Amino acid sequence: MNDMRTVERAVDDKTLKITAKAVQVHYGETHAIKDVSVDIPDKTVTAFIGPSGCGKSTFLRCLNRMNDTIDICRVSGEILLDGENIYDPKVDPVQLRAKVGMVFQKPNPFPKSIYDNVAYGPRIHGLAKNKAELDEIVEKSLRRGAIWDEVKDRLDAPGTGLSGGQQQRLCIARAVATEPEVLLMDEPCSALDPIATAQVEELIDDLRSRFSVVIVTHSMQQAARVSQKTAFFHLGNLVEVGETNQIFTNPIDPRTESYITGRIG
Amino acid sequence: MSDASLNAPRPKSSLLTLNARTKKRNAAEKRFKAYGITAIAIGVFFLAVLAFSIIRSGLPAFTNVVISVDFTLSQDEFDAAEKELFKTKAYQGLFNAAVKQTVADNQIDVAFEDDAIERIMGKTGGIIREHYRANPDDLGKPVAFELPVASRVDGYINGRVTRDTVQDSRFLMLTDLDLVDGLQEAGVIRNAFNWNFITGADSGVDNPGGAGIGASVVGSFFMMLVVLFLSLPIGVAASIYLEEFAPQNRFTDLIEVNISNLAAVPSIVFGILGLAVFIQFMHLPQSAPLVGGLVLTLMTLPTIIISTRASLKSVPPSIRDAALGVGASKMQAVFHHVLPLAMPGILTGTIIGLAQALGETAPLLLIGMVGFVARGYPDGFIAGFTEANSAMPAQIYTWAARADVSFYEKAWGGIIILLIFLLTMNIIAIILRRRFERRW
Repeated sequence: MNDMRTVERAVDDKTLKITAKAVQVHYGETHAIKDVSVDIPDKTVTAFIGPSGCGKSTFLRCLNRMNDTIDICRVSGEILLDGENIYDPKVDPVQLRAKVGMVFQKPNPFPKSIYDNVAYGPRIHGLAKNKAELDEIVEKSLRRGAIWDEVKDRLDAPGTGLSGGQQQRLCIARAVATEPEVLLMDEPCSALDPIATAQVEELIDDLRSRFSVVIVTHSMQQAARVSQKTAFFHLGNLVEVGETNQIFTNPIDPRTESYITGRIG
Repeated sequence: MSDASLNAPRPKSSLLTLNARTKKRNAAEKRFKAYGITAIAIGVFFLAVLAFSIIRSGLPAFTNVVISVDFTLSQDEFDAAEKELFKTKAYQGLFNAAVKQTVADNQIDVAFEDDAIERIMGKTGGIIREHYRANPDDLGKPVAFELPVASRVDGYINGRVTRDTVQDSRFLMLTDLDLVDGLQEAGVIRNAFNWNFITGADSGVDNPGGAGIGASVVGSFFMMLVVLFLSLPIGVAASIYLEEFAPQNRFTDLIEVNISNLAAVPSIVFGILGLAVFIQFMHLPQSAPLVGGLVLTLMTLPTIIISTRASLKSVPPSIRDAALGVGASKMQAVFHHVLPLAMPGILTGTIIGLAQALGETAPLLLIGMVGFVARGYPDGFIAGFTEANSAMPAQIYTWAARADVSFYEKAWGGIIILLIFLLTMNIIAIILRRRFERRW
């Protein structure tokens, strides 16, 4: 089996969701992201690949301003979500994060029940008028997270009692419960076994129909399996971005080729 | 790879025999374990000695020697006594007759004079008169009186005073002890549980038997209320701000260093600060639990802030990320997720801080809670904060400083009460920690 095979579907929606222009990120003295400009189309899975420490996670966290929580982090440049600059002083990051959900590397369910985990986002954003509506949102989100059948009988059980793969799918369900437009995933499968990984990957492909998904991954095979577009980062630079097919079969930059063939990393 | 040593023959060794290096390591491990066990044994030994000596010295404070006498006073006798010039003396005479009757009833064959009864029981006329004036219905009915005996007789029964140490005086004659022995054999004089010690207020220096710790327990309670309601909200709010919201800069660093330093400041310094600020500048009442509570709040705040910050820090950052990731504001992330997880640590820190404050004596010396002797309970809830009162450790200090040996055992008894409170608070801390602990 050729693990490098890519998803056959072409990018069918060409509207741009996110446009980054000349983004620079500094951590204190360290220049972590150097002049990155990239377009992320809607209803597409875009993968960020690159060796450890290349800045792909940092850039991902810029997209929903999670870097704001780090004191020494400074971001310059423009990131446009549907044409609006998310670093505009008028933008409240809280409102932004409701639109741009995030799934983290390590599954991090709240130490509460499965139900409360999913219901938390809708509750604080006032998405449900009553209990019945909230129940509906929770069920729909858990179904989208492909975990409904496994947990529907124990919604009161603690989310932390689930297995690693289930926890990660619960976190995905929690992220989609607030009806975001973009879903950011920071190495969502790095803590999971191959079976759970396969489940999550399948889920990511399903999510593409509703959301624009951006996924950071260490595994080139995973990028090839789930994404339509791939961006390769190296030492804080965006080296190459293009159709996944093209990146893996016919890279333009010699650094991309070296990385994909395993010579740098 | 072409390393010549790879081909050299390995030295032969068996797994069944220990080599010198392993033996040395095992010996070192054994020695270390022995040190540990010795250290713990020494600790346990001293703890046992402490507990034993506290209990042995303190238990007598919880009992007192009483004499039980059945006494009946008729209406006529009451009226006659009330007409006398020395009223209590009249009651005294009537009561002494009842005691004599009791001695005869129990067939105690000891010769004694009337004065002996007064030396054994003290002047009882006042107590009798008070009783009948307060309960006129008891007139004409037999009433079983249980009255404390004189301090020296109490000492004789409890072994503080022996026949060899007694010198004949107007307080106690050697011959009186024969009567005491007889009454004790008959069960008229016996050791009874001294409720007055737990519920009563302090007495004067001349009456150790009547001294109780109750009023100062109330004083301590009101102080703890002040400390709890001031230091918990202020401390927790300050720590949340410093830990979660404050920017990292020189100024916040300075505040942090100062908080750590405050935790190490001797408590007497807080006492003098309280004296200067609360009493001399703000003119709050002296010796009041309100002022004591304010001073102890200053002392407890750093402890609470440090432990709260530690428990906030121990909440994994992934929980904050998770909350922020679904669009919670910083405040929502803290109050919905971080704070509940940090709660067991915060509560434990608070209770330990309160326990520390409960046992603190030095600052109370300076705001006058020691010089004052609480002779009664506060008049009401509000008065509990503003009326002069004592506190448990201050009361213990006062008793330990008094000359009469009987106060010495009261001091030990007070320590037992104080320790019971501290143990209870620590147990509550453990229960709260278990109850609120959640895993993630």
